[in-house]
Formats: sequence, C-alpha cells, structure tokens
Amino acid sequence: MRSRCEIMTEMARKAVKAGIPIFIGYFPAAVAFGILAKGYDVSLLETFLFSAVVFAGASQFIALNLLVSGVGYMGIILTTLLVNFRHFLMSAYLSRRMGALAGKYKFLMAFGVTDEVFSVLSFTPGSLSKTFVFVLQVSAYTGWVSGTLAGYILGGFLPQVLTQSMGIALYSLLLAVLLPELKKSCRILLLTISSGILNTVLVKMAILPDGWTIIVCIVVIALAGAFFIEDELGDSVDG
Amino acid sequence: MDNLIFLIAGMAAVTYGPRLAPFLFLGDRKIPGRVDAFLKCIPAAAIGALIIPGVFNAIPEAPVAVLCGMAFTIIAGLWKGGVIVPVIGSVLVVYFILLL
Repeated sequence: MRSRCEIMTEMARKAVKAGIPIFIGYFPAAVAFGILAKGYDVSLLETFLFSAVVFAGASQFIALNLLVSGVGYMGIILTTLLVNFRHFLMSAYLSRRMGALAGKYKFLMAFGVTDEVFSVLSFTPGSLSKTFVFVLQVSAYTGWVSGTLAGYILGGFLPQVLTQSMGIALYSLLLAVLLPELKKSCRILLLTISSGILNTVLVKMAILPDGWTIIVCIVVIALAGAFFIEDELGDSVDG
Repeated sequence: MDNLIFLIAGMAAVTYGPRLAPFLFLGDRKIPGRVDAFLKCIPAAAIGALIIPGVFNAIPEAPVAVLCGMAFTIIAGLWKGGVIVPVIGSVLVVYFILLL
C-alpha cells in the first residue's frame, strides 16, 4: 500500500512538473479571452461556461468573433466542429496508448484532450498512469478556467510585456517535449519538419478553414510515416 | 446576446464528441498493423504542424525575441532535459529582450 502511494506521489509530482508550463501558457491566453468576452458584453457566467464546458482555446476566440460579426449559432457550432476536429486524431492516438488503462475514466480523460496535453502525454516515455494523466489535465484546466475568470474580473492586471512574453510558452513547451525524442530518432525529426513545412505551405495558400491545415498535415505526414517506418524496418535510419 | 447557453452547449458537444469517440470505438481493440503504424506517427506529425509556422507569429511585434527564446529552449532542453527550465527560461529570455 505504502509503495503504491509513493508511486502515485512520484507520478503526481512528475505531472505537476509537466503541468506548470501548460498552466503558464494557458493562463495569459485565458485572461485575454476573459477580457475580450467582457468587452463583448458576455455575462460572467457565460464566459465561465465557455471555458469550463467547451475548454478549447482557439475555437472560443473564433466563436466570440463570429458572434460579434452576427454569424448564427449553427454557423458558429459548425466552425467549432471544424476547428476542434484535430482532437479526434489526437484522441485516436491516446486511446491506443492508454488502452484498458482509461477504463471508466475515459469520459473524463477525453474531455481534457488539448493540443498541449496530447503533446506532453504522447512524448512521455513508458506507460502512462491515471494519476499522471489527471494531474496534467487538471493543471491545464485550472490554468484555462482561472485565467478566464481573472481576465473577466480583474481585466488587464498582468504587465503587458509579461503577457506578451508568455506568448512563447506553449511553443517552447511543444518543442521541449519533442527534444528528447529528436535526439534519439532522425525519423521523428524528419516527420516533424515535413509536417511543419507542409503546414506553412497550406497556411500560406489559405484555402482550408481554421484548424484543417493541421488535420491535413497529421493525416498526410502520419500516412507517409506509416509506410516509411515499415519500409525502414531492419534498415539504418538515415533521416 | 440572449441564450448564449445554447451556443455554449452546442460548441461543447461538437468539441467533446470528437475527443471522446476514439476512446469508445478504438480503445484496445485489435486493428491492422498499418493503421497502428499510422496512429503511432500522429504525435510527430501533429507537433510539427502545431509549432510551425505558428511560432514565427507567437509575438508578432518581436519575432527575433521569439527566436532567441526558442534557441534557449533547444539549448536548455538538449542539455538538461525536462520542460520547466526550457519553458520558464524562454519566457524570461523574451521578457528581458522586450524590456531592452
């Protein structure tokens, strides 16, 4: 019993360590959302519910913009579906990775699948424990919801330069979770860079709706990778 | 803006649905090897597209500061590993450059 507790504490500590950067990244973005929502005369309760129930950064900002431009609810909901559909692919990966572990908690775990939580989880070596997943998701969720409330109630209380600087946090986090894998495998480096290049091209072409450039990149590059890996079995990696 | 609750409920449903579906239908079910290989490549493919080109526009007024911050992330990440030092360090690097 005691040793199980110790393992759980150890897992929780690791998860908090991974969760702090997500919190740092989400909080100022959520503050901005709270301020914006208040500016558009959305009530405190509704603003809170946006973050607490939808829990999906970019799509919440887009929804506010569309709302103000007079787009109907159905249009906004459809856009939200498109913008957030990439999480389907991320959940597909995570559900395989967690397998039976998710069990009846899968309903909660699925709710907490965001870009950053997914990235940290997928590049955490070894098997994932429930404690790790939950503590990570709770730190992300707390950052997003508390930031939203703080922004709505307190307004721009953070120094502007600090808020600006925190704009780098999520990108830095994504890169930091990737680095240990890049050291080990040229294949991952190749997949990551090609995906980034493809995404840049797609964004520049500007023909796909928000969120779909990422979906196309994931599908195309992961398909290429799926064939590439098998062809490469037993071969040396020359990235 | 009346009845935003309906909008929020709708948005929540279409966001949660795609997040949940794979957990319900995939789980630890047996799937063909190729599909499994495809799923295993998702993290690397996703993270590339999540970082690039977004990072170049992370702070539109200060792209050079962002590059310095990311350079710090790479150095700290490769040298010590972990995420706390690379992330907090990169924020501080950007902060000090912006203050200059």
